[in-house]
Amino acid sequence: MSNRLFAVVALAVALAIAAASQLIANEYFFSAAYTVLLYVILATAWNILGGYTGYVNFGSAAFFAIGAYTTVALFYAFKLPLLVTIPAGTAVAGLAGLGLGYLTLRLRGVFFAIASLAMAVVLFTFVVNWDFVGGARGAYVLQPSEVPFGLPRYIHLLYSVMVLMAALALVVARAIEKSTIGRGLAAIRDDELAAESAGVPTLKLKIFSATVSGALMGMAGTTFPYYLSYIEPSSAFSLSYSVNSIAMPLIGGMMSWMGPLIGAVLLGTVQQLVQVTISSAWNLLIVGVLLVLFVTLAPNGIMGWVEAWRQRQKR
Amino acid sequence: MEISPALLFNAIIAGLLLGGFYAAVSVGISISFGMLDVVNIAHPAFIILGSYIAYIVNSQYGFDPILVAVALSPLFFLLGMALYRVYYLCFEKRGQESLRGLAFFFGILFITEVVLILVFGVDYRTVKSVYADTTLRLGVLDFPLRLVVPFLVSVAMVVGIQLFLTHTFFGRAVLAVAQDQLALRLMGVNPVRIKQLAFGLSIATAGIAGAFLIVIQPVEPSIGREYIGLVFAVCVLGGMGSIWGTLLAAFVLGLAESFTSTFFGPSWAPAVSFGLLLATLAFRPSGLFGR
Repeated sequence: MSNRLFAVVALAVALAIAAASQLIANEYFFSAAYTVLLYVILATAWNILGGYTGYVNFGSAAFFAIGAYTTVALFYAFKLPLLVTIPAGTAVAGLAGLGLGYLTLRLRGVFFAIASLAMAVVLFTFVVNWDFVGGARGAYVLQPSEVPFGLPRYIHLLYSVMVLMAALALVVARAIEKSTIGRGLAAIRDDELAAESAGVPTLKLKIFSATVSGALMGMAGTTFPYYLSYIEPSSAFSLSYSVNSIAMPLIGGMMSWMGPLIGAVLLGTVQQLVQVTISSAWNLLIVGVLLVLFVTLAPNGIMGWVEAWRQRQKR
Repeated sequence: MEISPALLFNAIIAGLLLGGFYAAVSVGISISFGMLDVVNIAHPAFIILGSYIAYIVNSQYGFDPILVAVALSPLFFLLGMALYRVYYLCFEKRGQESLRGLAFFFGILFITEVVLILVFGVDYRTVKSVYADTTLRLGVLDFPLRLVVPFLVSVAMVVGIQLFLTHTFFGRAVLAVAQDQLALRLMGVNPVRIKQLAFGLSIATAGIAGAFLIVIQPVEPSIGREYIGLVFAVCVLGGMGSIWGTLLAAFVLGLAESFTSTFFGPSWAPAVSFGLLLATLAFRPSGLFGR
């Protein structure tokens, strides 16, 4: 399937899903689905740098929070609506990815991983001390009382926006995967030295994928302040975003755009169920245990099983 | 702002005392990351585990937390050996340490934290010791014993490790692993066995550092994360795997944090180590004292 066709199909499917689910009467569905879709975007974005390129980003929460706090800052300063803050947050998070990538991607991969974690803490401290966006007390971003498109409540709109964003993230990830850029990234992942000697512009490609990955994570974050109408630093920078966006691609499979999608939908849904039925601490434990189990026992994730099964069918 | 000499000197003393503690926290990472090339991002989790074990024994029997941790360090040593075994078999042997190995340690960090939260809750825990509430005063200078005691034991431990590494056969083997694993194989030594023992040693230091931590401040499960940046900052700043470098870098960081919290407020302190780490990685990745 060509990229353009895939984009059209993805958009059509997303619109259909967004429209069809408006019939669902249960309000809880929208708030649970919002979280799962958020994870789809984060996992897909993480995988562009992690799965395709082989560089681990421990700071997904930081990029997510950059998007969220861009929305808050622009809302407080100029009362800008969500439609404007989405591209703004995406751009700022992309710049952060570019900056972090430029500073540390020349070093060994592990330094990028540690630096991404470091960036999360520095930004967290910065936001805690930044009184304009509420500091440690948090900030209120009230949902507009009038909801466009005749939707009954604002969460319906947020949900629909997230469906479209998830489709966009998947289209971008797939386009990168199938392009020469994607092949360059795969070469970096498999053997960076060999790729460099073969003429692959490794640093440029790595910085490119760090930028795209960061921008998509930021995009997901821009809607978050409206989701609960309230945001505070420790929830926006929560480690669970970082862990989930690593665990989901690893569990789904990192080699293609489908892996993060499968991982995020499965793990995200399980977490929503566990959170309602048991407790949120237990759902974090489940993510951690699944992450360690998959990484030690099934390094290629669910898509790895599917691939192995297909190979057997062929024979 | 008027800066009185007393305030300045006390900030220096607090920074140095804190630096000694940071050396104990980071020396394990200098061994595992700096020498063995095992990126143990879960190191702080074992520090917090050490804090909680010291807390349990202290609240049950009233023993001194630091003595408890030193006595129980063989357990941490064994735990470290077992962890390295798993890491070696699942990742290092298959050449997958760079991505999946990192994710593995991240998972371990996360699991430890969540289990501690499930068992003990998110309340801050403290220990009782004979020296906790005593402060020695020399003129205007304060020497709180809850910082002085960990400082002394910590510096002794770090110096001991340095002497051990340079003066024993096993220690020199560890240094050899850090330089050239293939050459070690050619000499008929198994680098995996050496690495396993050295990794055990690094986790043992984490357990002891955990006792220092809970003597110095109240502990709850998620504060371990704040130390991830710190341990790697000290390790990188000290020049990957140099024990003296680690000690010196720990003092630099201790002073930087003490000055920041004295003159800008404690809420900025966590950013210091991470900021310094980012700056080091960006501009001088071989560290202050690197080759």
